[in-house]
Formats: sequence, structure tokens, C-alpha cells
Amino acid sequence: MSAVEDVVTESPAVEAVPKRAMTLGYGTSLVVLAALIIIPLLVKNFIIFQMTMLLIYGLAVLALNILTGGSGQFSLGQSAFYAVGAYTSAILMEHAGMNYALTLPIAGIICFAFGFLFGQPALRLSGVYLALATFALATAMPQLLKLGYFEYWTGGVQGLVVTKPDAPFGLPMGQDMWLYYFTLVVTIAIYIASVNLLRSRSGRAFMAIRDNEIAASAMGVDVALYKTLAFGVSAGITGVAGGLGAIAVQFVAPDGYTITLAISLFLGMVVGGVGWLPGSIVGSAFIIFVPNIAEGISKGLSGAVFGVLLFLVIFLVPHGARQVAIIAQQLVAKLKKN
Amino acid sequence: MTAVRLSRTALASALALFVMTCSFARAQKAYDTGASDTEIKIGNTMPYSGPASAYGSIGKTEAAYFKMINGQGGIRGRKITFISYDDAYSPAKTVEQARKLVESDDVLLIFSSVGTATNSAIQKYMNEKKVPQLFVASGASKWNDPKDFPWTMGWQPNYQDEAHIYAKYILREKPNAKVAVLYQNDDFGKDFLKGLKDAFGDKASMIVAEEGYETSESTIDNHIVKLKAAGADTFISVTTPKFAAQAIKKVAEIAWTPLQFLVSISASLGGVVQPAGFENAQGIVSAVYVKDAADPQWSQDPGMQKFLAFLQKDFPEGNKLDGADAFGYAAAQTMVHVLEMCGDDLTRANVMKQAASIKEFAPDTLLPGITVNTSATDFAPIKQFRLMRFKGDKWELFGGIMSGDQGH
Repeated sequence: MSAVEDVVTESPAVEAVPKRAMTLGYGTSLVVLAALIIIPLLVKNFIIFQMTMLLIYGLAVLALNILTGGSGQFSLGQSAFYAVGAYTSAILMEHAGMNYALTLPIAGIICFAFGFLFGQPALRLSGVYLALATFALATAMPQLLKLGYFEYWTGGVQGLVVTKPDAPFGLPMGQDMWLYYFTLVVTIAIYIASVNLLRSRSGRAFMAIRDNEIAASAMGVDVALYKTLAFGVSAGITGVAGGLGAIAVQFVAPDGYTITLAISLFLGMVVGGVGWLPGSIVGSAFIIFVPNIAEGISKGLSGAVFGVLLFLVIFLVPHGARQVAIIAQQLVAKLKKN
Repeated sequence: MTAVRLSRTALASALALFVMTCSFARAQKAYDTGASDTEIKIGNTMPYSGPASAYGSIGKTEAAYFKMINGQGGIRGRKITFISYDDAYSPAKTVEQARKLVESDDVLLIFSSVGTATNSAIQKYMNEKKVPQLFVASGASKWNDPKDFPWTMGWQPNYQDEAHIYAKYILREKPNAKVAVLYQNDDFGKDFLKGLKDAFGDKASMIVAEEGYETSESTIDNHIVKLKAAGADTFISVTTPKFAAQAIKKVAEIAWTPLQFLVSISASLGGVVQPAGFENAQGIVSAVYVKDAADPQWSQDPGMQKFLAFLQKDFPEGNKLDGADAFGYAAAQTMVHVLEMCGDDLTRANVMKQAASIKEFAPDTLLPGITVNTSATDFAPIKQFRLMRFKGDKWELFGGIMSGDQGH
């Protein structure tokens, strides 16, 4: 991946993305939104479940995108934050009997704090070294969840079963559909907040750090604060995604949050286009559906087929979905001219 | 006018037909989603990729077995369609794939899905949907809970049963033993440890030391040294193959000579004992319920010959040394047995009812005398083992058939 090479050669970690190019136009946004609202009315429950997972992983990829695309820091430890969020929601729901919707902000806050604290030592590291430090976090997390001290709450190796919420106010919809729309609302809220964050003063500070740390500090940006803040925000959003994931899957166990998840999220970000927020959902679709396609092609060699597909994507469109979107935009513009 | 009259006749005849089929159905055939006159759809999830991909050969064996049954004319003329998806051993993926099987592929039941966490993730869903989750391929004891989960049933003897057998043996043969346990810190190890403690009961103080290890550790040498230092004279190795071999080696290396027990999942001759060195493994005790295809004592056994013929003709890519193949063969055979028992009543409720009334069924690859038995209150199909001891370059069976039931 060229992005990683860049770090080693000391040029900016992530290619500068102008902040306008980070979002979709209003027209396209509305079309996507309409599709996300209407499709669940027409499909089977299990596809609604897949779409819920699509949004949830989309959120987690978005969080990583803010960290890497926004502030230029790498993380292979997102699965750890996802796990903390999932367990926070699951424990609050099952042990404290709390309403599922209330557990999400708590999961977000706890993960924000966790990410912010982890960001402190991570400040001294950059590029591949930071990626390694976060990798350590991801490998440690499943074991921490198994520790005997927490077993009463975490259920240890057996995990915890979570009860799926019914639609409130007697709304005439199934659990899956309700959870989908609930997730959609949370996702849209976080998406809008993220776009606004990146357009704000803090967002500009993130991007200044990403483009050139020394120049940013010369301009008066508190590099340490904003770097840890980016970590905190990213972890917080991942935590909310984790909480939603626990409710949707109805089960949490240490085995569900291994390093493989962190790598999947990283992959989703690259495929979706680093720094391009709408790409998060494309990246999420890639990590959910492409393994199924690969399996359909060959059961024994599903891993290899997945590898080939991934390679093709990186080779043909190294900037992921963003590049495809730009090409499409240019084609449309050309057609309009003619 | 004619149109109305026509539709009236059509209605009448349709009604007549409906009544006829209804009475027929009550007398003979009944189907739920996933079963018909020509087909029975069975779903399955397997870790074909990911950390547990070695178990994937169970699914491949089962697919080949069902194909063979179809080749012989199927089950009362119905062909089995076996839909097996990869879940990469990830619970979230299992939920997705299981829902696809139930809601989109319309399977009659899900059979022999691998893994404890993965099956735990779908257990509630399957029971809410009232779709049988049959013969779960995991040794956890929680699949035997017909009261809370009447749609879930295990298959293999569970870890706690096996633990009871070792404990019984120790209490009988070496009542003053000082026991040291090395266990893998996951659902398998913890379940086993609990079984040991339950079986020792008020003599649980016989366990003088227990050490947990993580699968991510590169070596378990320090744990073995600690266990020896605790003064134990009996060692129970609750380990997966790689660590089991390391443990056998290390015990010999530090000149510790306890009475050793090795869990059945790691008792593989080629995978564990040989790499650890035959000379280090003399006298180790283990338990077994599946015939080892590499063992010459079964070469004349009719069940084993059927299995080998199956491998040769219907599943040439299989490996007779891979215990997972003999396992998948026996599980698939049990499934076919249940479907045959169902007759023409292929409803989910009847499948569960028949699965809970298996009597003395002996799949080809299980040890002679070990049978599959279930009842409405007993959802643990296999509960028996035989003990074996390592001598020379092979395992020797000894003693009779032992059952893990707490009631001795």
C-alpha cells in the first residue's frame, strides 16, 4: 500500500484530501438516503440484518477514516475499541437492565475516554510504529476480556447473550426492521456530526497535522491535544458501532473481536478511499459481501479468491471508491458538455 | 355468466382437491419449509477459512456423505441438498450465514455447525424461529439443555463428561493422587476444568495446581515447570494438539514422571504423539469414542471398511488420518438415520422429536459398543468413552465402556 510507504519516506502519511472533497453533493446524498430508507421495506429480514451490519461496520470504518484520513494517524487497534463498546452495551443491558438506546452514548463516552488515554502514549509514535502499538492493543483485547476478574460481568470465554429490542410505541414492524431504522438514524447523526467536525476549526487542525505537523504547530495548533482528540473521537464512534453490533448480533464473545476485525476495518477504509467519508459505506460493503462472493466462486480457495479481488481493487483503483466516484463525476460532466 | 359459473366449478374442484390433500397429508405426508416430495434442505456453517479452518474437513466429509446417499436414491426418494457456508469462526458471520440459511435458502434445519462461540451466537435465534439446530459440533456441555433450548442438540461427548471419566479413573486407581491441570484458557479448557472439579466433588482439594495458558503463547514450558514444583504426581493435559505435544515433551525433559492424562481431542497419533516422541509418551492415558483409521486393529472391522470404501470412492480428497473425517462421517450418518426415522412427516417438530428418540444407534466409525442415545430429557447423543493407554507405538484400549454420567 503506497500510503504506508509514504510514511517511511517521511512525506505526509496520507494524501491531502481537500475538505470539500470529503463529502457527497446534496443530490447524491438524498438519493443514497432514499435508497437506505426504502430498500428495507422490500426485502427479506435477513437482508435487513445484513444492511444493519453494513451500517454498523460503515460507522466503524468512518471512525477510522476520521483518524487516518482526517488526522493522518494509523490504527490497527479499532477492534479493541469496538469490543469495549460492544461489551459496555451488552453488560449494561444484561446486568443492569438498561435500555439499549441509553447504553450507546455510554459506550461512546467510555470508548472516547479509552481512546483519549491510549492516544497519550501514542503521541510519541508515528506512522508504522503507531500502527504496531495499536496492533498490540487489538491482540491484547480478547485476552483481557477473558480475565477471571471480569468474568462475572463479561461471561468470560462463554460470552454474553443480548436480548434484541422490540419496536417501541407498538410500531407495526419487526425487530430487525426497527433495529435497522434505529441504526440508520444513529449512523446519519454521527455522519453529519463527523462532516461538521472535519469542517470545523478542530477538523482543520486535524488536517493541518496530517499535512505537516511542524507547520501546524508553527501556526499555533496544539498538536498533542488534537492528535489525542482525534483518537478519542475515533474510538468513541467505534464504541457506538460496537454497541450497535452487539445488539444486532445478540451475542458478544472474545472470539468475535480479534485482530481480523481490525484488519477488516482497515481494509474497508482503504477500499472506500482514505479520507473520503461516504466511502466508508462502500468499504463496509466490501468487507461484508466480498467474502461471500469469494466463497461462491470457490469454497476451498475462498481466502485466495478474496485476496485476488482485493488485489484487483488496489491495483485498478488505488484510491478506492473515491476514485471511482471522481471518474463517474468526470464522465457525467463530459456527457453534459456534449 | 359463463365466467362466473366456470370460476364456481374451479372453486369447487379446488376445494375438493384441498380437502383431499389435507386428509392425505394427515394420513401420510407433512412438510415444513425445506422439505418436499423430492428434496430435504439442510443448512450448515463451517470455518472453511480463519483460525479454525482445520475443522473445515468435517463439512467436506458431510457433503460427500450426503452426495453418496443421494447417489443411492436418497432418503425415501428425497434428495438431500446440503448448503454449507463459511463463517470464518466469527460469531457475527455465523449469525449472518445462519439467517441466510433459514430465511433465504429455506432450510429445514441446521446441522453440525462447528464451534462453541459461533453456535452460542445463533442458539437463541434458532430457538425463537423453532428451527432445529442439530448435532452441534462442539464439546460444550450447554447444548444439552432441552428445557431452555428445545431446538438445540449436541452430538459428540461433551468435555465435562470426558473430565468425569478421568476423575472417576483417578478416584478409583489412585485415590491419594495430587493432581495438576494444564488447561487452555478458553471455553474448552474452562468447561473441562469445571467438569473435573464437579467430578472430584468434596475431594476437589486433590487438584493441587492448575495453570491456564493462552493459545497466543509460543511455549508452555514455564507452566509445566510450575506444575511439577507444586509437587503433583498426576498430570491432566487439557490442551489442543500443538500444546499437547509441547507438554509431553517438556514433562519428559524435566524428568517429571506423573501419571499423565491427555484429552481426547489431542490424542492423535500422527498429530501429537509422534511429534512429541513415542518414548516420551509411554503410559499416557486418554479416552476415545471414534475409531482411529490409522490403527491396524480395525482393518478387518466392517464399519471401518465401509468408511474406507467411502473415502476411496466418494471422498478421494479426504484423509483417513484426519480424525475430522471419521467424525463428519459419523455425524452425517446420524443425521441420515434421524431423517429416515422421520418417515414422511418432515416437519421441524417431528425432526426434533425423532432426534430425541434415537436408541442404540451405532455409526460405522464409533468404537464398538458406543452408541447414540437420546430422549426427551437427554440431548447429549454420545456419552460414552473407552480408556486407552499409549504403549510402544500405538494406543491400547483397556477397561470397558465408561460413561460420563455423574451417577456412577
